[in-house]
Amino acid sequence: MGKIKLLQGNEACAEGALYAGCTFFAGYPITPSTEVAEYMARRLPQIGGVFLQMEDEIAAMAAVIGGALTGCKSLTATSGPGFSLKQENMGFAMLTEVPCVIVNVMRGGPSTGVPTGPGQSDIMQCKWGTHGDHPAICLTPAYVQEIFSETVRAFNLSEKYRTPVIIAYDEIVGHMRERIEISDPGVLPVVQRPRPACPPAEYLPYDDSKGDVPPMANFFEGYRYHVTGLNHGPDGFPVNASPRIHTDELRLIRKVDSNRADIVKFEEYLLEDAEVAVFAYGVSGRSAKTAVNQVRSEGVKAGLFRPLTIWPFPEEQVAGLSGRVRKIIVPELSLGQIIHEVDRCSKGRCGIEGIHRVDGDPITPAQIVARIKEVM
Amino acid sequence: MAFDYSQYIRGGKLPHIWCPGCTYGIIFKSILRAVDSLKLPKDDIAMVSGIGCASRLPGYVDFNTLHTTHGRALPFATGIKMAKPDKHVLVVSGDGDATAIGGNHFIHACRRNIDLTVLVFNNYIYGMTGGQYSPATPTGHMAATMPYGNVDSPFDIPALAKGAGASFVARGTAFHATALDKLIVDAIQHKGLSVVEIINACPTTHGRRNKFKSPTDMLLWMKDTFMPVAAFEKLPPEKTAGKFPMGVLYRKEGVPEYCKTYYGLVERLKKQGEGRA
Ligand SMILES: Cc1ncc(C[n+]2csc(CCOP(=O)(O)OP(=O)(O)O)c2C)c(N)n1
Ligand code: SF4
Ligand SMILES: [Mg+2]
Repeated sequence: MGKIKLLQGNEACAEGALYAGCTFFAGYPITPSTEVAEYMARRLPQIGGVFLQMEDEIAAMAAVIGGALTGCKSLTATSGPGFSLKQENMGFAMLTEVPCVIVNVMRGGPSTGVPTGPGQSDIMQCKWGTHGDHPAICLTPAYVQEIFSETVRAFNLSEKYRTPVIIAYDEIVGHMRERIEISDPGVLPVVQRPRPACPPAEYLPYDDSKGDVPPMANFFEGYRYHVTGLNHGPDGFPVNASPRIHTDELRLIRKVDSNRADIVKFEEYLLEDAEVAVFAYGVSGRSAKTAVNQVRSEGVKAGLFRPLTIWPFPEEQVAGLSGRVRKIIVPELSLGQIIHEVDRCSKGRCGIEGIHRVDGDPITPAQIVARIKEVM
Repeated sequence: MAFDYSQYIRGGKLPHIWCPGCTYGIIFKSILRAVDSLKLPKDDIAMVSGIGCASRLPGYVDFNTLHTTHGRALPFATGIKMAKPDKHVLVVSGDGDATAIGGNHFIHACRRNIDLTVLVFNNYIYGMTGGQYSPATPTGHMAATMPYGNVDSPFDIPALAKGAGASFVARGTAFHATALDKLIVDAIQHKGLSVVEIINACPTTHGRRNKFKSPTDMLLWMKDTFMPVAAFEKLPPEKTAGKFPMGVLYRKEGVPEYCKTYYGLVERLKKQGEGRA
């Protein structure tokens, strides 16, 4: 048994990061994510790690990549407007394959929107936020306990695949307090980035001949290589108009795509005999579970599909589900984003209905119950 | 014996991308001579840049090198330095990179007085994108986006650095290259944020539009325009019109350096923790 604590989601995120071995945080205060920074500001100096409050979110993302290049597991946390500001440097980390974790505690938007209310309308930005084709991993925990364990998993995936990983949860889950267990060290797996085995003279930082994830040397270890946001060859130096650009960008995407079995995680709840399924994540997933329990007690055959990995999207699972149920209901705190992914994967095999809300309040179990009954 | 630059240049990475007549090559060599005179191990140096012609420099040198996004070299460098405070972190940035898109990072790095060596290559223009005006372009100068002459006012980069809190501020030029070696050495040795504004010539996008007949004319302009700060300060104001001082313009020792202060806190907390245990 680990340590039992009563923690807020944002605090559990910080605890998860520390469990995973995070020693570097850079951020800029923004509601509703600030508690992650405040917790790290207290803890990191105590363990000899680095805490930096930078001049803005662009700088925070840059500092995180700098820290990660020296070997630190690095974290930043933000919300809506700050998440937009981070995008260019997130793309830099994707192309240069620098592991790091970005937390986006979602609020309403666009612009300043509803800073103190929950939102789920950044979910496509989590996939497509930075320019250009790029890999995306995004995790969507819904419970404080899950925020802890998914943050550990986010660091693991980031190190293993050398790519930034986003954790996206909403204001409600971020601010809610729940009893959680902080696992003892060694209970949850903690992964380190692949390291070069060759001598420095032979090191090619972006050599893909032995696999899609090249080993990563840290700065100041004698490897003296070049990191650039320009498309680059195996030696890390810029290439222009070369077939390498095409194959290398395919590799970046393949790192994620061909490892779906490892990355995609979800909860299937009472789906075996379900006639109607609800597809929901984060706070909407919590409401959906309550709704499913309620209608089940009245004999209605409903179930829940709750993704913990939203990117890469659980395509295969949703495709399978759409062949087994009559309807998939998609409650989300946006005017319609993730529903299009569900629709894309269902290919018309079942009906798709959305419940959309952006007034700063969550979708209630009652709203979902009513819709399930309507479609039965 | 002639200086052996090849020990610091990555094999097979030359020729560089700079135009004939560009003065960046002169600065490149000055930096290598400065690093060599300090006998810094190459493994212990990180060189970080943003985007622009100047920012392509790190690609050629055999250090740990990082070519980042436009304007953001300083926060990347801050992350590296905070994680590895005993290493040397040099930043190379153009006038646009450092003071336009990166202006906010520039003043905050100065304010923190973090031990970075910031080399601002001021060629008074956005060279890489073809000669648009920058926050350093003198009023009246022609630029691709100031076709009637610049109506905007330039920054005084050393004054900006000093005002923001940098504890070492210097100015050198491509013409006075030997003197520049010493300024870079002093800047690297200084414990705190050091800024060296390095006056450069971009004949391709700036000189051409502004009545400089050749790259040599631009170097001669530097020769006539910049004078050692001690001599400059002795002259009456009427004699310094159109002239600028160079050398170490400002130096203050004993200003708290950010990494030192931060790791001092870490030590203090460690002792407190041990006291409690
Ligand atoms: C976010 C962003 N905006 C604009 C650009 C385009 N851009 C590339 S270099 C540059 C200006 C560089 O000027 P300077 O920093 O003075 O360097 P120089 O080329 O003169 O050495 C600009 C505007 C960019 N790369 N990124
Ligand atoms: S455009 Fe100007 S700054 Fe850029 S390489 Fe050519 S001369 Fe140098
Ligand atoms: Mg310039």
